[in-house]
Amino acid sequence: MSEIVNCRDLEKTFIKGKETVEVLTGINLTVDEGDFLALMGPSGSGKTTLLNLIGGLDHPTAGIVSVSGIDLNGLSSSALARWRAVNVGFIFQFYNLLPVLNAQRNVELPLLLTKLSRSQRTKNAATALEIVGLSDRAKHKPGELSGGQQQRVAIARALVADPALLLCDEPTGDLDRGTADEILELLELLNRDHGKTIIIVTHDPKAANHAQRTLYMDKGKLVEEATA
Amino acid sequence: MSIFGLMWASLFRKRTRTLLTLLSLMIAFLLFMLLQAISNAFASSGSFNLASIDRLISTPKYSIIDSLPINQQQQMLNIEGVEAVTHANWFGGNYQERRNFFPKYPVDPYAYFDMYSELVISKEELDAFAQTRRGAVVAASLAERFGWKLGDIIPIQGDIYSMQNGSRLWEFELVGTFTARVGESEAPLFLFQYEYFTEAVADYSKNQVGWWTIRLSDTDRAAEIANQIDLLFENSQDPTRTATEDEFSRQFASQLGDMGFITAMIMSAVFFTIVLLTGNTMSQALRERIPELAVLKTVGFTDTLVSILVLGESVLLCVVGGVLGILLAFAMQDVLGSTLGGFIGDFEYSATLIASALILAIVIGIVIGGIPALEARRLTIVDALRER
Ligand SMILES: Nc1ncnc2c1ncn2[C@@H]1O[C@H](COP(=O)(O)OP(=O)(O)OP(=O)(O)O)[C@@H](O)[C@H]1O
Ligand SMILES: [Mg+2]
Repeated sequence: MSEIVNCRDLEKTFIKGKETVEVLTGINLTVDEGDFLALMGPSGSGKTTLLNLIGGLDHPTAGIVSVSGIDLNGLSSSALARWRAVNVGFIFQFYNLLPVLNAQRNVELPLLLTKLSRSQRTKNAATALEIVGLSDRAKHKPGELSGGQQQRVAIARALVADPALLLCDEPTGDLDRGTADEILELLELLNRDHGKTIIIVTHDPKAANHAQRTLYMDKGKLVEEATA
Repeated sequence: MSIFGLMWASLFRKRTRTLLTLLSLMIAFLLFMLLQAISNAFASSGSFNLASIDRLISTPKYSIIDSLPINQQQQMLNIEGVEAVTHANWFGGNYQERRNFFPKYPVDPYAYFDMYSELVISKEELDAFAQTRRGAVVAASLAERFGWKLGDIIPIQGDIYSMQNGSRLWEFELVGTFTARVGESEAPLFLFQYEYFTEAVADYSKNQVGWWTIRLSDTDRAAEIANQIDLLFENSQDPTRTATEDEFSRQFASQLGDMGFITAMIMSAVFFTIVLLTGNTMSQALRERIPELAVLKTVGFTDTLVSILVLGESVLLCVVGGVLGILLAFAMQDVLGSTLGGFIGDFEYSATLIASALILAIVIGIVIGGIPALEARRLTIVDALRER
């Protein structure tokens, strides 16, 4: 399989006043297309930071991140925004839906940036909602949906532009066991049947069971690899 | 959904807050339209003044809305240096539509044209005016404007004055036209017989005049004679205020100036408050939306697009508020116009006024939305998401 994510000697330092915090200290990571990778580790070990670098939400202090052969360092911030629109879907712990828009429109949001016609956008959003099993809630606003349903809408939004890579930061962190399992099964299905490459950051050992492999991070380093 | 739809939806994030903001914007723009229209109407009625230095104008001391008794005329004529005295009333009234504004005065035909020698009328038509009870003579330009011909019956709907029989419909027969002497500006005057007016008008308005015009034999003594006239009536029921026509129109002009100034002050205060309040609301709304804006950036909205969204929302809000205010002003036009129409000229909203209201709305939107838009632009995704 060809590789989709390639991190070389990745370092990230935050400067807070006089203090510099070295968050990532030399990460080397390759993720193949179609992979389902779980990233675990104690709080503050740098998991979110690494995920943000892979998704082009932030720039590394040193090292290279390339995704599908594109070196993200070479892109300006607006080029990076356009790149994200097409190439990655993000799923967060707190769903981050727009409360004023119904499910359908939340899902449609990334398509506003494309050249698709209005009817095509509506159709694609409906398809994404169908994949996550929420067609019957299309007209509901986030406030009218349960946490699990909101997370499904967020997943549909991440899917709608058909990116190859899905990045999930503790997607089940705010959900009960049963709902969390449903979300994890959905992600597994997206990986298996739709060929999405998935990287999931999680504290939940059961979440890792759904992944093909699990990496552990500690103090800004990848420490050990376990294959499920 | 479109980008515009997204903007519109975001506007109603907190429905009550948005509606209250819209309400205050609407009231501000209503006020803007009304004050501006009133101020414009006054300014346009001010341009009809005939002014000359050898004439005095004597008005009721306290308010131009009061009137003066006709019997003051003889007392004035007794003053040395007064050569002639004549009178007029502000009749108000509308011809067909309120927008057809022109001053209408009941006057003494011979005396009036004698006084205003700059108005030129033929001897025959002046005689006809004096002899026709319901006769009227008008400025030639006015007759041309409405296509009136001699012999036409011109109906005027009274607003200040009704007739003794309760009717408000006054009908006049056009018996002549006059022009201004070369070099004088022609006011669009409509003149009719005072004799007929005072006979036909309801009792409480009989034998009253709006103001006196006094011609002096000796213009050097204008100030002294004006003073003398005012002294004469000072302790009567109808005190006067007398000044040369010139000074009178200067005072009128300066009052108009004051009015424009006051209007400007009021509106500045109103819009200053609006900018502060709405600006505060907008920044508050932005703070609540930081995670949402971060999400927009995450899914690929560029910094520029996000700041345009925020700015656009604020402009949209102000424009909607402005349009509502303009519509409300139109809804109130009829009521206000009929109340004020008798005293001021055209009470209407010019295209310029509407355009300036809309431009003002856009400018306020940009002022209010500017800083939040910049903040939204600077927002980094990673920091915004960490702040949850
Ligand atoms: N923007 C920032 N500015 C300063 N320090 C930061 C910033 N982002 C992260 N950090 C620091 O970097 C370290 C790693 O943060 P990160 O969010 O990547 O951890 P994490 O592994 O995702 O933790 P958690 O499991 O709690 O989510 C922490 O010590 C954090 O305080
Ligand atoms: Mg984290």
